[in-house]
Amino acid sequence: MFEPLKPVPRDARIFLGAAFFVVFLAAWALATFGGLIDELFLKDPVYTLKIGIELFTEYGFLKDVGVTVWRVVGGFVLAAAVAVPLGILMGAFKPIEAFFEPFISFARYMPASAFIPLLILWAGVGEAQKLLVIFIGSVFQLVLMISVIVGSTRRDLVEAAYTLGADSGGIVRRVMLPGAAPQIAETLRLVLGWAWTYVIVAELVGSSSGIGHMIMDSQRLLDTGQMIFGIFCIGVIGLVSDLIFKWVNQRLYPWAF
Amino acid sequence: MGFLSVEAVSKEFPGVRGSAVTRALETTDLTVEDNDFITILGPSGCGKSTLLRIIAGLETLGTGRVLLDGAPVARPGPDRGMVFQSYTLFPWLTVRDNIRFGSRASDAKADELIGKVGLRGFENHFPKMLSGGMQQRTALARALANDPKILLLDEPFGALDNQTRALMQELLLGIWEADKKTVLFVTHDIDEAIFMANRVAVMSARPGRIKATLAIDLPHPRHYTMKTTPEFSRYKAEITEQIRVESIRAIEMEAA
Ligand SMILES: Nc1ncnc2c1ncn2[C@@H]1O[C@H](COP(=O)(O)OP(=O)(O)OP(=O)(O)O)[C@@H](O)[C@H]1O
Ligand SMILES: [Mg+2]
Repeated sequence: MFEPLKPVPRDARIFLGAAFFVVFLAAWALATFGGLIDELFLKDPVYTLKIGIELFTEYGFLKDVGVTVWRVVGGFVLAAAVAVPLGILMGAFKPIEAFFEPFISFARYMPASAFIPLLILWAGVGEAQKLLVIFIGSVFQLVLMISVIVGSTRRDLVEAAYTLGADSGGIVRRVMLPGAAPQIAETLRLVLGWAWTYVIVAELVGSSSGIGHMIMDSQRLLDTGQMIFGIFCIGVIGLVSDLIFKWVNQRLYPWAF
Repeated sequence: MGFLSVEAVSKEFPGVRGSAVTRALETTDLTVEDNDFITILGPSGCGKSTLLRIIAGLETLGTGRVLLDGAPVARPGPDRGMVFQSYTLFPWLTVRDNIRFGSRASDAKADELIGKVGLRGFENHFPKMLSGGMQQRTALARALANDPKILLLDEPFGALDNQTRALMQELLLGIWEADKKTVLFVTHDIDEAIFMANRVAVMSARPGRIKATLAIDLPHPRHYTMKTTPEFSRYKAEITEQIRVESIRAIEMEAA
């Protein structure tokens, strides 16, 4: 049964994956209904679901979700628009890499969340500040990861292309880009997941809408049910966006999977 | 002066972290006539790939020069088609698109070659769906589709089993007999070297140079049954003797 790398059948995989959710819910229900944890600290699953539905029907939570999604997507698209071309150029051309790489390696260790007070000072508490937090949080990581991917293009493929008459531009466009595209898409998927943590941090501080703001508000009311529901919402949206990304990648790059 | 001439070419690779330089190729001359089929035979590590890569323009010259059709070779170009020792199809392109990759390849030529190398029905397969032999046939078609002046083949069938290898030899020979390309074919297999060649260039042990060339006067078209004829055996005995001396030297050098 535990043979390294042996694949499991599709049905079994879905069953196993779902089973853990059931175990998780059961443990939660046991802890709350069984009185192991005071309901002040952790509300039970049934209450959480009820209050969650209420959030949507009575408190316009859908708008908060929409705002948060738009911030993540907006900031992330901006970051990708800068990072993808720059990363490709750095991976392909070593002088460009030598110029940018040291600074970006340093910049990526600057925590995006620590910029929030500064960004509030510079950009106020509006949308620009939220987008900037996500942009700063993702762009440096993306550039470095993409440059590494492009830079590790197989040398023998580049040589083969040269012997077939490709020039430098052709090598980048016809060998490096198509070869790196699936991994670049995977990197975007990964970093998009991180963007979700930045947006919530940005919304916890000085915001009047969004999922993070709702969680902050619930804390004032000591409603752990709402807080947990908000956190789960992010989990679900993250999972869905991940699955969409994966599905699109597999359609776009059938040769790589 | 031939169609391709390699004049006093040698190559050294710099040592890694203080170790001595590697002399990969001793000063070597080679002349190839138009429409010639030359095989280069030598023990592992003697510099066969290095020589071919220099002619392809993928490796810089230490000394000497390489002329193709009178013009010096400095960088890789579409006039010299290459099939590599490793699998180098572009994984994101189908068989047909791989074959059409070259800057001088035409669609009509590509379609014709797909038939010639026996890949009908596999045009839309990706390389990972092909066997090793099919991948090398595609690589051969890809090089031919670009209509190069000379074809450089670096042990293209080295990783294949004996039966497939024999079929591939006949296939390549058939294409050459029909189209009369100029071919430089590297191998370490003596049978293969004799069966394919007009001339066999035997290389010495590392650092190698071409120490003898031997004309193979077997008639065309050639058929695999030729490998059991007395003439073939005679060539084989002669080349085996030359290679044996070199292999012994190579092993002694490694021991020293
Ligand atoms: N890029 C390189 N850097 C340093 N040394 C190299 C490099 N390429 C080849 N060599 C050395 O040059 C020598 C000849 O190598 P080459 O690949 O030409 O041998 P070969 O005759 O093709 O061998 P095989 O039959 O095993 O493919 C070897 O000793 C090898 O270690
Ligand atoms: Mg070799």
